Amino acid sequence: MRTRRAVILGGVAGALAFTLGLGAWRSRGTAPATDPRLPLPIAEMDFTLTDQCGATVRPSDWIGRPTMIFFGFTFCPDVCPTTLSDISGWLEDLGPEADRLNVTLISVDPERDTPAVLSDYLANFDPRITGLTGPLAEVERAAAGLRASFEKVPRDGDYTVNHTAGVFLFHPDGRFASIIDYHEDRRFAVPKIRRTLS
Amino acid sequence: MRTPILAALLSLVGLPAMACETFTIGNLMIEHAWSRATIGAERPGVLYVEITNTGSADDALVGIATPVAEMPMLHETVVTDGVASMPHAMSVPVPAGQTVALAPGGYHGMLMGLTTTLKEGEGFPVTLTFRDAGEVTVPVEVLSMQAEGPDCEHAGQ
Repeated sequence: MRTRRAVILGGVAGALAFTLGLGAWRSRGTAPATDPRLPLPIAEMDFTLTDQCGATVRPSDWIGRPTMIFFGFTFCPDVCPTTLSDISGWLEDLGPEADRLNVTLISVDPERDTPAVLSDYLANFDPRITGLTGPLAEVERAAAGLRASFEKVPRDGDYTVNHTAGVFLFHPDGRFASIIDYHEDRRFAVPKIRRTLS
Repeated sequence: MRTPILAALLSLVGLPAMACETFTIGNLMIEHAWSRATIGAERPGVLYVEITNTGSADDALVGIATPVAEMPMLHETVVTDGVASMPHAMSVPVPAGQTVALAPGGYHGMLMGLTTTLKEGEGFPVTLTFRDAGEVTVPVEVLSMQAEGPDCEHAGQ
């Protein structure tokens, strides 16, 4: 389970966590086929999650169509609605062309984000966006494959979740294409997506 | 400026485009106070607003209060090495001659412990407390969950 080790969940600062994770990954002794800082090709990812309609989703389901993946959770009032709103805007700009895209939110708060909660939440955004949730271990496997991280942080008797804020893009054959940074201007974001569609 | 403030306090249901009104206290101009609709009252709401300091002395937003949230607080979204976190902000600086925006992806008011669902098209009052200028209550317009800000003709957004 070398990919599991790349995900550091705990109180370590992001950059340090990343470095340590990278070290752990590298120390396994196998030469990585690609840059270990970059997401794996979808074909090499392995996890099983459930979408907002209750259907089982595996990364292999995405092969054949370009894919957009990002992390979030519905209790986050600023980043997540902003990202979903940005993405809804990009999809609107792309029009029917974007119908071929797999657009997937993976919840980093599966404890509170049940399929029903995701369904209610996503009803407010572009209907082409799918939400995934499931056992924490499966979400960790997904994050590991994407070289993403998330961390539950206690806050005022409750908790929040720090998480990787970018949007990952993959070609139809599952190769990693690019990352759209958090809140990136749509003048840059939309052409990045379009390149995965051609 | 008493009338719009009073109107906001008397009713939670706001007028259309109230986020486009301007309120002043001392040398501060408060504009574009808006929020996003919430699903139920369990999740926190958000507050965005723009503050322009037309004076020659720095000020700071040090607190927010509203009847729709038991625990409103100031937060800042920070993205470090691609990871988003949301630390508390003790205060938001409002330097002389500058406009500071609580806006998506940056400083924002986090409305914890909502007492009611925030519904699109409605409104609620929020009292902003400044270190030097004191308190001012302004109406906040609830926009859709997808909104990126109010659409004000003069605002150039």
